Amino acid sequence: MTTDVIEQDSHDEHHDDHKMQGIKRWLYTTNHKDIGTLYLWFAFIMFLTGGALAMVIRAELFQPGLQIVEPDFFNQLTTVHGLIMVFGAIMPAFTGFANWMIPMMIGAPDMALPRMNNWSFWILPFAFAILLSTFFMESGAPNFGWTFYAPLSTTYSNGSTAFFVFAVHIMGISSIMGAINIVVTIMNMRAPGMTYMKMPLFVWTFFITAYLLIAVMPILAGVVTMLLTDTYFGTSFFNAAGGGDPVLFQHIFWFFGHPEVYIMILPAFGIVSTIIPAFSRKKLFGYSSMVYATSSIALLSFIVWAHHMFTTGMPLFGELFFMYCTMLIAVPTGVKVFNWVATMWRGSMSFETPMLFSIAFVILFTIGGFSGLMLALTPADFQYHDTYFVVAHFHYVLVTGSLFSIYAGAYFWLPKWTGNMYNESLGKWHFWCSLISVNLLFFPMHFLGLAGMPRRIPDYALQFADFNKWVSIGGFAFGLSQLIFLAVVIKCIRGGEKAPAKPWDGAEGLEWTVASPAPYHTFSTPPKIED
Amino acid sequence: MTTKEYESYYVPSQSHWPIVGAVALFLIAVGAGNYVSTLKSEEGGFGGYILLAGFCLIIYMLYGWFSNVINESMSGKYSHQMDNSFRQGMSWFIFSEVMFFAAFFGALFYARTLSVPWLGGADNNAMTGAVLWPEFVSVWPLLTTPDGTETTKMGWYGLPLINTILLLTSSITAHLAHSALEKDNRKMLKIWLGLTILLGLVFLFLQVVEYMHGYSEEMKLYLTSGIYGTTFYMLTGFHGMHVTLGTIMLIVVFLRVLKGHFTPTNAFAFEAASWYWHFVDVVWVILFVFVYIV
Ligand code: HEM
Ligand SMILES: [Cu+2]
Repeated sequence: MTTDVIEQDSHDEHHDDHKMQGIKRWLYTTNHKDIGTLYLWFAFIMFLTGGALAMVIRAELFQPGLQIVEPDFFNQLTTVHGLIMVFGAIMPAFTGFANWMIPMMIGAPDMALPRMNNWSFWILPFAFAILLSTFFMESGAPNFGWTFYAPLSTTYSNGSTAFFVFAVHIMGISSIMGAINIVVTIMNMRAPGMTYMKMPLFVWTFFITAYLLIAVMPILAGVVTMLLTDTYFGTSFFNAAGGGDPVLFQHIFWFFGHPEVYIMILPAFGIVSTIIPAFSRKKLFGYSSMVYATSSIALLSFIVWAHHMFTTGMPLFGELFFMYCTMLIAVPTGVKVFNWVATMWRGSMSFETPMLFSIAFVILFTIGGFSGLMLALTPADFQYHDTYFVVAHFHYVLVTGSLFSIYAGAYFWLPKWTGNMYNESLGKWHFWCSLISVNLLFFPMHFLGLAGMPRRIPDYALQFADFNKWVSIGGFAFGLSQLIFLAVVIKCIRGGEKAPAKPWDGAEGLEWTVASPAPYHTFSTPPKIED
Repeated sequence: MTTKEYESYYVPSQSHWPIVGAVALFLIAVGAGNYVSTLKSEEGGFGGYILLAGFCLIIYMLYGWFSNVINESMSGKYSHQMDNSFRQGMSWFIFSEVMFFAAFFGALFYARTLSVPWLGGADNNAMTGAVLWPEFVSVWPLLTTPDGTETTKMGWYGLPLINTILLLTSSITAHLAHSALEKDNRKMLKIWLGLTILLGLVFLFLQVVEYMHGYSEEMKLYLTSGIYGTTFYMLTGFHGMHVTLGTIMLIVVFLRVLKGHFTPTNAFAFEAASWYWHFVDVVWVILFVFVYIV
């Protein structure tokens, strides 16, 4: 085994010698940039896989009646679609960003625990291989929804539940190790002089997200374990006949689940807070209030979980408590939206693709936030719960929120990653096609939900037919638009206009002080931090 | 953090251990998945063998990986900052373990204070009690479940009390071992550390005896005996698994001590294992109070 001590006077060319070629480079790598790249590609492949499942879902829902798939298979599709998008696409994509950018942004030579970093990544493809393989099993894939409520996932589950449980365990291990690595890197590897309040907001949001992950992924591991023993070993956690309670499942799941949705949005806040100042050519408005807002969102996220459970018949005090706490989160979230707008205010703005995605993020995420507020009203939620209104809500926050921020970040840093500029007009095509189709896809879902169309069904009453047709058309268009992004990335890797060290004149941060593409090892010597 | 330390941060270049570990986890998951799913089927599955292969591979991986790290550490490649990374990593790992137990304790408290009383008709659940299981009486420990399964309570005196004393003592001996190491007193270090391991092993042995007792005809306390048996075995079981892991860590550390590793200032692995041991101990105390006594 070769070893490699980072010395003060060593040159990057020297380190490049250690870069193995071929498959071994990727299998054995301990380099944060390699691992970041792996995460990002893996996330994109999973995104296309989960997207393909969604296309089948929308094809089935194009018309009322059963056309293409059996109801049970339909349930398998929605379940695996959700699991893949949450655990396979959004979360790994953010971890990819963390790997690539955090060491460069804080002036560190690499992540703090490089070998563990490799392990965190490489167990993921195996986990998803197991999950996807359940489609080919006799029993079929899991069919109880991505939230796997008991007793659907216990008493009434099919034969692949054990594989689902162990796949989730591996995903959890991966996330926990990834998060520990991020926390330790940020706490321990900042360049001298980079105090916490000088860290880029991007780093802050990942820092807080990593804490959330370490705190709640073990809870997820716990709840799938209970589900496993209830299903296969006769325990009674979620079985009322034995003194347990199916509602207990929902409490534990959402104690994980609500922080989990913030795990998927806080990094998005960080990315957007990096990009908007760059293209407004101003400093981020209210940096420290952003830090505090992010922290308070994270803290509050632990005491709002039961807003997913208003209709389970909780005691009145519970309904009220969780309603008010949920609405409280709107305050720090509002602070953020205000700060983004204030950053743009009177800036000399330009509208390259990363900025377009960021602005769309601010507007559309806010729409998702508003529908969230509507859902947070207990009496209103009695009507909206389990309808397409909820589906509309979380797709606005997750697709036009998290996913759009990932696109924004990808366009923003592609020049740094590849050394080439991406094709701006293709990027704009990607943006506008996505923007129009995504709203066609998700906006009518609000109306469907308000009119009472339940979620997770393969067929629906005739009065929902028109909206569903448009939703499906939007869905296919959105799916196709993502292929433009694939084309942009491949073109960008292969060539294009050479990118300077700092292609965006308003951008700030240490990553722009090194060449594009970023050398294999950056900051073997810690950079000097200016005030 | 001085500049000097920063510059010597050791970044290992390539390693094949993680991918070996990934394959091992894959085998474990597939093996366990198949094993569990075929438990009740006639033919049985091939899962057990895959599971075994996975475990062998992961032991091989841990051995190789840790040997690497130990060699690097012994050859002085690690700086103070590096040591900090390991320490922080271990602390956050223990924190994640705390959260794992929190899920199970949460289930226990929920059952005790909410779901069992509700089944008995408490609060606004009078109809649940009257319609579903009119005979059901809500008490804790729940010795007769709503569907009529009966069991008995595991008392806190006897074995559990002895086990509590054993574990508490072992925490003290672990601490004494640490003090001995700090004073560079190798002989006492070996004695205290060896004693800690011994106490851990006796604890595990008594735990097995207690389980056999629970599964006997007279006690009829099974995993399937409703929520009481469920929480009893799951909490003590996961705790026992962690004690096993902790004991293995201590044994590895002991072997390293015998080989002359660790100095008063460089003993991360030793401290990590002893932190873990204290953590396992604290979990037991909470468990003893809420599972056995009250
Ligand atoms: C702005 C503040 C937000 C509020 C007040 C809010 C509120 C809610 C409420 C009350 C529900 C439950 C609806 C029901 O099932 O009846 C819900 C569902 C959901 N929210 Fe939010 N939310 C907010 C932001 C977010 C964000 C940022 C994300 C993710 C990035 C998110 C993801 C989800 C998901 C995935 C569900 C559905 C879970 C399911 O049942 O499958 N929400 N939200
Ligand atoms: Cu929520």
